[in-house]
Amino acid sequence: MKIFVLAEHRDGKLNRATWEVIVAGQHLAAHLKGSVSAVLLGRDIRGLAEELAAKRLHEVLVVEDERLAEYTPDGYTAALIEVIRQEAPAFVLMSHTYQARDFAPKLAAALGKALISDCLGYRVDDGTVIYTRPIFQGKIHADVRFADDPPYLVTFQAGAFRADEIEAASEPVPIRAIPIDLSPVPIRTRPLEVFREAKQAVDLSSAERIVAVGRGIKSEENLALIRQLAEALNAEIGASRPVCDSGWLPMDRQIGSSGQTVSPKLYLAIGISGAIQHVVGMKGSRTIVAINKDPEAPIFDIADYGIVGDLFEIVPALIKALKQLRE
Amino acid sequence: MKIIVCLKQVPKRDLALRLNEAGTWIAEADLSWEINEPDAYALEEALRLKERLGGEVIVCSLGPARVEQALREALAKGADRALHLLDPAFEGLDAFNTARVLAEALRRESFDLILTGLQSDDHGYAQTGVILAELLGLPHATIVMQIEVLDGRLKVKRELEAGWFQWVELPLPALLTIQSGINQPRYATLKGIMGAKKKEIRRLALADLGLSAQELRNKQELMRVFFPTKAKRTEFLEGTPEEIAARLVEKLRYEAKVL
Ligand SMILES: Cc1cc2nc3c(=O)[nH]c(=O)nc-3n(C[C@H](O)[C@H](O)[C@H](O)COP(=O)(O)OP(=O)(O)OC[C@H]3O[C@@H](n4cnc5c(N)ncnc54)[C@H](O)[C@@H]3O)c2cc1C
Ligand SMILES: Nc1ncnc2c1ncn2[C@@H]1O[C@H](COP(=O)(O)O)[C@@H](O)[C@H]1O
Repeated sequence: MKIFVLAEHRDGKLNRATWEVIVAGQHLAAHLKGSVSAVLLGRDIRGLAEELAAKRLHEVLVVEDERLAEYTPDGYTAALIEVIRQEAPAFVLMSHTYQARDFAPKLAAALGKALISDCLGYRVDDGTVIYTRPIFQGKIHADVRFADDPPYLVTFQAGAFRADEIEAASEPVPIRAIPIDLSPVPIRTRPLEVFREAKQAVDLSSAERIVAVGRGIKSEENLALIRQLAEALNAEIGASRPVCDSGWLPMDRQIGSSGQTVSPKLYLAIGISGAIQHVVGMKGSRTIVAINKDPEAPIFDIADYGIVGDLFEIVPALIKALKQLRE
Repeated sequence: MKIIVCLKQVPKRDLALRLNEAGTWIAEADLSWEINEPDAYALEEALRLKERLGGEVIVCSLGPARVEQALREALAKGADRALHLLDPAFEGLDAFNTARVLAEALRRESFDLILTGLQSDDHGYAQTGVILAELLGLPHATIVMQIEVLDGRLKVKRELEAGWFQWVELPLPALLTIQSGINQPRYATLKGIMGAKKKEIRRLALADLGLSAQELRNKQELMRVFFPTKAKRTEFLEGTPEEIAARLVEKLRYEAKVL
């Protein structure tokens, strides 16, 4: 049983998430008595292939082509269809990154196969692999399985497996080039410059305390309350995406996968549900406090202290208590 | 420019969800519904493109009878007409088959651009738009935060991780999946709401699309749904707001030592 893991890279560096998916592959291989190989697409990627070859893999498969120098959905899909056709893997595992979101469904559709996306984990039940994935923004989980033939395409959520559990190889594993002629493939999208918006005004990554506010605050005016709390705590203000999308706070206050990553000593999440895209940006915080009226909110999964209640009652009381402490 | 917007109706955020008795999905009986958040941004973007360049905005949704309300709302905001893909055979379709049905319906329209949301709030596959593009043979770009229409082409700003972006060019016709925050969606006006009553919502069923139920066998099977057990032992603080505040301050001071 061949298990393939697609390695992702940008600017000559492998994405950390790749190691997590190799771990997923190594676990799955142990369960199903299979072998794990990494698949690497690009140009001038010898160094990356060698880095991968240091892990306990069956082999590292490399497709090098000028047309893969930069990621495009057409180029990646065409190359992977051919890899899958030639090598016939049973599983193709990926991380649920923005890049995989961009091409994995296309690859699956081109193959006429299903993609089970954003998985948190899996279990093997009577020989069948059952995947668990979040629905309703993580409030509920679902068990899902393939109702179709291989290849099985799966993406795993960041953090679903621990990169540090990766097994190293005692000696480098073979690197094998797969010859593919991509010249007839039309590449319809043209990637242009990668950039950041004008210099960020605030750097939350060094803040010791952050009061983060979510959609539960309901309106821009109510932010006054958050400002008072931040002042009483001597904290910076952060926010979830919808607060910034609505223009209530500038984009550079956004915390999460498309915003900043922070790890303060204290993170207060107020009216934030705890969707994975937010959580990846703050789960490294030392002490996490969540205030939310919904006891099922996923944020409570990572909070050290939880308060189930109305923020409009709790926050004023907290401001008062902090002021008393100062006096 | 003729633009199609695929929108999905999902349970209103902020509702307490319950599971159905079989544990196979949520209990839908007493829920209220809204347009999936990024889809609402996609609709707004389509309306703005039409205002700039002229043309037509057609909204399309696959779902049960209640979905008509979402389509009416889109018409009230300014969409010109709607397609409602409605058939008992469309219930519980996975991402591939949802896209399959959408593809059959949209193939019958000539269009320049299809917009979808990047992800649905309920299933959260983050797939339907991209599959649809592939089935229709269209180039696509995902997680789009800005659209510029050049001469026969698009230049779009894609969001990447950690605050990075990338410009990408692609030819028309194309499909884009839209990210929340690309614009500020409008509200429907009273005039719009009145006007929407006269606009067409065309219903298309399985047979109208030349599909059969056999062809729509799901490729992935949803076996059961459940509330996750919390991995971390959160210490919950209870009492009146004053008591909770006092206890939290104490905890932060003496246990967590962050004050
Ligand atoms: C590709 C992608 C990238 C993303 N990037 C990011 C990102 O970088 N950062 C980010 O934050 N999100 C990001 N998101 C969005 C993310 O998926 C969630 O939609 C978002 O984090 C939800 O924000 P929220 O928790 O504030 O809102 P909601 O999920 O709507 O939660 C509001 C919470 O407030 C609570 N609440 C309401 N009223 C009260 C009250 N009176 N008292 C107490 N609690 C109350 C509710 O119970 C609820 O839990 C991204 C999504 C995608 C698909
Ligand atoms: N039933 C549906 N009807 C119309 N559009 C849909 C439907 N399901 C998904 N979509 C579109 O596909 C996007 C991605 O959904 P998903 O793949 O479920 O995350 C949504 O934001 C919608 O734009």
